[in-house]
Order: sequence, then structure tokens, then C-alpha cells
Amino acid sequence: MGLTGLAAGALLLPRIPLLGGTEVDAAELLRPFDAAVNKRLADAALNAAKAAGASYADVRIGRYLNQYLFTRERQVQNIVSTESQGIGVRVIVNGAWGFWATNQLTESAVAKAATTAAQIAKANAKIQKEPVKLAPQQGYGEVSWKTPIQKNALEVPVKEKVELLLAANAKALDAGASFINSALFQVNEQKYFASTDGSYIDQDVHRIWPTFGVTVVDKASGKFRSREALSSPMGLGYEYLVPKAADKVKGPAGTDVIGYKQSYDLLEDAALAARQAKAKLTAKSVVPGKYDLVLDPAHLGLTIHESVGHPLELDRVLGYEANFAGTSFATLEWKKQGKPYGSKLVNIVADKLQPGSVGAVGYDDEGVKTREWDLIKEGQLVDYQKIRDQAHIVGQDHSDGCCYSQSWQDVQFQRMPNVSLRPGKQKLSVDDMIKEVDKGIYIAGAGSYSIDQQRYNFQFGGQTFYAIEKGKITGQIEDVAYQSNTQEFWNSCAAICDESDYRLFGTFFDGKGQPSQSSAVAHGSSTTRFNGVNVINTARKV
Amino acid sequence: MILSKDEAQTILKKVLSFSTADETEANLNGDTRGNVRYARNTVTTAGGTDNVSLAVQVWFGKRSGVATCNQFDDATLRRCVQRAEEIARLAPEDPEYMPRLGPQQYLTAPSYAASTAGITPDFRAQAAGDSIALCAAKQLTAAGFLEDGTSFEAIRNSKGLEAYQQATNLDFSVTVRTPDGTGSGYAVADYTDATKFDAKALTQRAATKASSSVGAKAIEPGKYTVILEPAALVSDEGLINRLVYAFDAREADEGRSFLSKKGGGTRKGEKLFDSRISISIDPTNALAPSGTFDNEGLPVKKLPIIEKGVAKNLYYSRYWAQKSKTEPTGFTGNFVMEGGTQSLEELIKSTQKGILVTRLWYIRDVDPQTLLVTGLTRDGTFYIENGKIKHPIKNMRFNESPVIMLNNVEAIGRAQRLGGNLVPPLKIRDFTFTSLSDAI
Repeated sequence: MGLTGLAAGALLLPRIPLLGGTEVDAAELLRPFDAAVNKRLADAALNAAKAAGASYADVRIGRYLNQYLFTRERQVQNIVSTESQGIGVRVIVNGAWGFWATNQLTESAVAKAATTAAQIAKANAKIQKEPVKLAPQQGYGEVSWKTPIQKNALEVPVKEKVELLLAANAKALDAGASFINSALFQVNEQKYFASTDGSYIDQDVHRIWPTFGVTVVDKASGKFRSREALSSPMGLGYEYLVPKAADKVKGPAGTDVIGYKQSYDLLEDAALAARQAKAKLTAKSVVPGKYDLVLDPAHLGLTIHESVGHPLELDRVLGYEANFAGTSFATLEWKKQGKPYGSKLVNIVADKLQPGSVGAVGYDDEGVKTREWDLIKEGQLVDYQKIRDQAHIVGQDHSDGCCYSQSWQDVQFQRMPNVSLRPGKQKLSVDDMIKEVDKGIYIAGAGSYSIDQQRYNFQFGGQTFYAIEKGKITGQIEDVAYQSNTQEFWNSCAAICDESDYRLFGTFFDGKGQPSQSSAVAHGSSTTRFNGVNVINTARKV
Repeated sequence: MILSKDEAQTILKKVLSFSTADETEANLNGDTRGNVRYARNTVTTAGGTDNVSLAVQVWFGKRSGVATCNQFDDATLRRCVQRAEEIARLAPEDPEYMPRLGPQQYLTAPSYAASTAGITPDFRAQAAGDSIALCAAKQLTAAGFLEDGTSFEAIRNSKGLEAYQQATNLDFSVTVRTPDGTGSGYAVADYTDATKFDAKALTQRAATKASSSVGAKAIEPGKYTVILEPAALVSDEGLINRLVYAFDAREADEGRSFLSKKGGGTRKGEKLFDSRISISIDPTNALAPSGTFDNEGLPVKKLPIIEKGVAKNLYYSRYWAQKSKTEPTGFTGNFVMEGGTQSLEELIKSTQKGILVTRLWYIRDVDPQTLLVTGLTRDGTFYIENGKIKHPIKNMRFNESPVIMLNNVEAIGRAQRLGGNLVPPLKIRDFTFTSLSDAI
């Protein structure tokens, strides 16, 4: 790193007071990436790639800072602060891709990485059928983007974060939990992208995720039940952990469920989790059969992810993921047939823009500005998710800006953007929705999940389940999982609550690709009703 | 990047010298990996990576902190140690603190092969090319992945513990599909020594399954006798992996495991499975060598987990072992399951009515109380009648517990290496399928 960066960092960033008056120089950890140094390294790699015959090259220099805190009950288990730096160089030579990554950040080492990538591309070109064709992309010059956070979680003293987690644990234990594990994940991706198209993009991406799992054990019966947090990973700073009343959404009457929008009440949710887990021990076991399901956004997000997000990834549709994540029922031919994906109420949008979402960035990992586009309109499939080397296959001339790599050392490829269900246009509350349900189940929180490799048959559990009888919640039930088929399920969508109920579900762990990579993605929705879904009972004896 | 034992220990000594803490432990991990990926009968992405990372953990009394970095100039190393120390000073005391281990003796596992360490981009392109050519000649479509790598792990702590191990691996998998998408087959294998790898033979196996899975018929979901191939048992974090991971002593003692006993205590020592089931940890196994120490430097030794159906041993962390007045268990995740003498073909031959399952997919926990998991069959599911494969069948979702499954054992085949483990094909009765899937 150059002196300029050090000096600027030291001047701009405060020293953070910590426990017992100790002061830690935060500048070293929080010092931003030095764009000037990165540009020099990037140019060295790009020039070496061109000299080795590359018709296109891009470079991603990454500095990934993470901090993880883990606690259980009344103690801290581990506090980890990680830092990883390196460069990944991707090239097209003779029409084939090649990629190499190294943690050595000298001009000679990055140039060598570029020539190694070119060597790999040349070896592959011999067995390549069709040359890679990229959608045209303008160079943006030197630009930057930063997650609009209010408070960098990495700047918050460790003590304060530990105290918050332990306070949440105490709330759960006081409310009857036998055990609680809680954690706070803080992620800062400092990414510098440069390409032979003439872009030099500096991005500072922040994400946060507080979470826990509460378990209640009844030793006499040998039974135990758990409930996980209803929080979501977010593209926010520490402000997510400062609860605001306006961000709380009460579940239906007869439940003690509370959902959260752009801020989260960790203490409140921990206490509720303990109470709900305890109630699970004596809750009635579900009678299998057909039920109308009322699914809250912290649950439905995962169902959207699996049954809409994945099937509409163009790489899967085309067969690129056939050996691992699978293919898709929603092929180009299927789309042409015009069969309904869902009922007329179903409008699904893709984006990497939604404020507070984990998917939000300014530019993707191949230098394309992010955007919003429709995937499903009034139940009809209208588009897929695609990147630069796929657009031409579906007759388009632009990428959707959803290329991503989990680190500097993995190759970037098409990843799911935020995929969200638009809220209902008519005013509708959860209570009003439930009034219309004769025999149903209200499910809050995401639980067990599984779907086949073409995204037809799925099975989902949840965190808490409530029986609905004749328009009213009648109590918690257990051992619930629903099995359905993607098209049947979305065509049974009968009502969607309005915008006031809209919330984001998120995950840090969307897995795809070989070697497998994780990506952070969010799914927004309002509480939604699906009619006549098959529910099974999952209780067994061993 | 691969550092020798001396190179690694030189860095670790320097790291320890920068520490002002009461105790310090440093782990250095590095690898050089290369891969080729192909689909639609053409290469898609290929590449590789070279990295070394350092993790430093320090203790002031019972307070600890961890920091990592992957740059090795003195300034970065000092900063990494300093960050760990800063965290440790701020952390509350850990009531489960355990002092660092002193010097240990480790087993030697045959985990490194020069043939694998020497793989070039051309070797990978050749393997992918052979696999694609075989499929293209049969009007089939291949999607596959080959990844090879060399890695090392080194540990040093302020109590004088030193550990170092190198390993190589080659992982290959291929899915072959008919162009109209009505048939799909799969083959998977992994090796320490790349000379054992045969891309053509594995692709041929997947291609045969793809062609013979065309025209699948639907059968009614329900309880069936199944023959689960090793890939159905361990790939995608399968049924056996989940069972092996569930042998944690603390969870069992705390009442939140299938191994917890009603009224308190654990089911250790109870016969919970068929008498023919034996699973152990065995890092020096010649076919499936694995790590000989865990990330604290605790030796991994041969240890039976299930012996003749009895839950023989549970895993104890150092803290829980001390509390339970027993020995801690080093465990890195690999296991060896005892096999029988029958081949897969012989298992099929002795089956009156049943289902042959090539692969299970998207396996997830449903109920930790019973270890109930769900998932689906994939890439080659066949109906067996009178000792012969009669016809392909449509894929199905299962809901089953490995605990129940290993009480319903009909026969056990010859064990083979998969995912770094040894695992045999199993014939199981009353395996529970709950719904049909249209996926191929």
C-alpha cells in the first residue's frame, strides 16, 4: 500500500475509544483501499494479459474485511477478525476464458497471474466449441460506489457488540431457553475492478447479519425444539441493530410473531424465540392434508429464492450448471409456450438496487452498472437473469449486471440478484387475509428447505406454525412441512398483502458453481396466501 | 502457494515472536488449485488460485481473540497479531478456556502424491476434452468439473507444539444428459494420486446411465427396498455424513441430539443400528487418507464411532472432555465405513423388487430430534425386478432418517472412496419416498 493511502486514512478516520480507556488505532483496519495503487497493479495485469494475446481482460483486486462474533448462553465463544487481499485476473484468449488469482500484490506477481490465466485460456481454446461472445459494455472511467450505511459496524467497539449479543442471550434464557447461540457477522468487501473496456471501479460494500438459534430441552421427555432468529442479513451498517418502532410489523392476531424491516430488535426477538420454542414442545402435531398457507416474508423469501430465483438463472436454463446446481424447467422453449408461471397476482422483479438489501451494489463484478428488470409479469415469465457472455444467446445486447465472485480468488459468474415479489396493489392486512381462510396454516421464518435440480418439486418447513380455523389463529402447531410443485404453487397464489407489509428476507449463503461459491442475496415480499397446498407431518420415532 | 515445513515454521516463529500475549497459536494454510469446468460439450470456465493465509489466536489469561491475514510482510504480520491482541483484551473471560497443547506426536497419512501436485492446464484440458469427445460421439451432452490441488497446513504455538501436513487431491464429477433432456447420468470420484484417475471410464459410466434413464416411468411414492450407491450416501453432504457429524458428545449431554437419552445422559454404548454397521475415524487409511491433526493441533487417531451397530464413541472437544473426565477427540470430518464383499451388480442380482439410486440431491435436515432429512433422487433412478434393472423410474423425494435407515439394512457392498471417505453401497428396506418429481 502506498503512503498516500496510509496518510489519508490516518487523517480521516477517528480513533475509537474502547474498553477500559484502551485506544486502538482503527486506521489500519478501516483504511480504505488505495485506488491509485490498485490502478497501477490493475494496469500491470491488463497490459500483461494483452501482451499474452488477450482480446479482453478484467482484474479484480479485493480486500475483504470481516468480523465475526460468536456467543452461547452467558459467554463469548469466539471473536474473529479476518483480512484477505489478492487479485483475480480473467482473460479471453483465442475465444476461451482463463482465470488465475494470487495473494501476491506486486506488479510482477500480478503480471504473472495474467500470463498464467492466458496459458489456461490457450489450453482450453483447443476444446472450445464456440468462442466466448461478450455483450458490448462501455468503459465508465474512474468511478466509485459505497453502500449507503450510517454507521460502519467494524467501527463499533467489540465490547458494545458482545454486550448486545449477551443481552439477547439473557433475554432468551430468562424467557425459558435452555440454550442459545448468537452471532454477529460483519462484512466489508473493498473491490477494485478494471477492464480493457476502460473501467476503473472502486466499491466499498458493507453487509451485516445478527442471528441466533434458541433451543428448549425437556429432559424428562427427551424432547427438544428450536427457533431461529427472524432477522435478515442486510446491506446496512450497525444502524440495523438500533430498533425503530416504525420498522416492526406485527404478525396476525393470535400469534406473538413480529417481523422487521430496516432495523431489528434482537432482544425482543430472542425472548419471543424462547417462548415460541417452549410452546413447540407441547404444540399439537399437524394432521397431514391440504391447507391454505399464509406465508410471512421472512419465510416466503426462501421459497421465492428456490422456486423463482434459481429456475430463472440463464446459466442453469442453458445447462451450464447441469453437473452441480442443476438445470431448470423454465427453458427457452417452455417460455415460448406461454404457460402461466403463477396466478395473475404474481409479479416478480429482479434488481441489485433495493436500499438495505444484501444484493445492492453500484456495479457488478464484470463492470456493468446494476439495474432493475421484470422476470414475471402477471404470472407470465418475461425474462431471465444474465451476464455479458450470455446475453446474445437470448437475443439481447446487454448484461443485467448480476455477475459476482465471492472473493478475489474465485472467478466471477452469473449469480442471482435480489428477486422479489411485488406487493399487492389492493389494501390488505395480514389479519384481513386470515379472516378469509377456512382451514390453513400461518408460517413465520424460514426452516428446512429442499428442491429438485430442475426446480419442480420442493419441500419447506418454517420456524413457527399456527393453525388457522374459520378465519382465526387457534394456536401453535408442530411437525409441519409443505410439499408442492413450483408452477402449481405459484398458480395457487390467491392474495398478497399490500406494501405496508413488505419486508426483505436475505441470505449470505446462496451456493452455486464449481468450485462452489457463496453469494449474498435478498428477496422482498409481503405476506402471501397460497390455496390448497399439501402439508406433511414430519414427526418420527428413532 | 505451498510452503515447506521449514518455510512455514519460519513464518510461524516470527509471528509468535511479535506476540505480547500470555499464549499464542498460529495456523498457516496454503494451497495451489487448478480447475476446468465444462458444459454443453464445451469448456466454460477454468482457472486456479494460489494463496496462503495465516490465523493468529492469542490469549491474555482467559480472554482470547483471532485475526487473519494473507500478506506476509512484517508490517502486516505485526498488525495481524496486534488485531488479535486488541480483540483479546476486549473480550470477556472465556469460562471454557483451555490452555494450549504442548508438543504432540502425529500419525503419518499417505495424503500427498507428486503426480497430483504436478498437474498442468493441459492435463485438465485433456481430461475435459476426452470426456466431451466420448459424449459427443454418442450424441450426448456432458457437463463436468475437474479440480486438483496441493495444500499444506502448519501450526505452531507458544507451548512448543509444531504440526505440518501436506495433501493433494483430485476431484472429478460428470453429468451426462441426452440432448432432449429426457435422460441423465452421473459419475463422481476423488483421489489423492492423480494416476488413478480415468476421465473416460467415469464419463462412460455416466453416459450409460444417461442413455438407460430415458423413458422413466412413474411409480407410486411409498416405502421401497433401495440400493443406495456410495454417491447417494455421501455426496452433497449426504445421509452418512450427517449421521457421522451428529456424534457430538456435548449436544448429546445437553439433551439436544438423537443421542440424548430420555431423562438425561447419552445413548453411548447402546446398540442403535444393525450389527453389520461399523464406522470409524481413520486418518491413515491407505484408500482415504485425511488430516492427522485438528486446527488446535490435537492428534486425530483411529477411533470407532459405530462398532457392530453400537454407538461406541462420541466426539469430545478438549473442554467437554475435561468436564466429562475423558479424552478429547481429534476429528476432521472424514470417516471409514466398513463394507462387505458384494459388488453393486451382486446387490442388484439378489434384489426381488427395489430401486437403484445413483445420487441423492438437496439433502437438508427436517427434524434434528430424529435426524430426519429430506432430498431427492437424481441422475439415474431405476426399478429392479427379479435381480435385474427393469426400467428407469421418475425421480422422487424422500423423507428418511439415517438412524432408521441403518436399522433396515438388507446387504452391504464393497466399500469405495468417495469425498475423502470410504463408503459401501447399501441395500435398505422400507426407505420412505413421499412424492414424485418431474425433474430429469
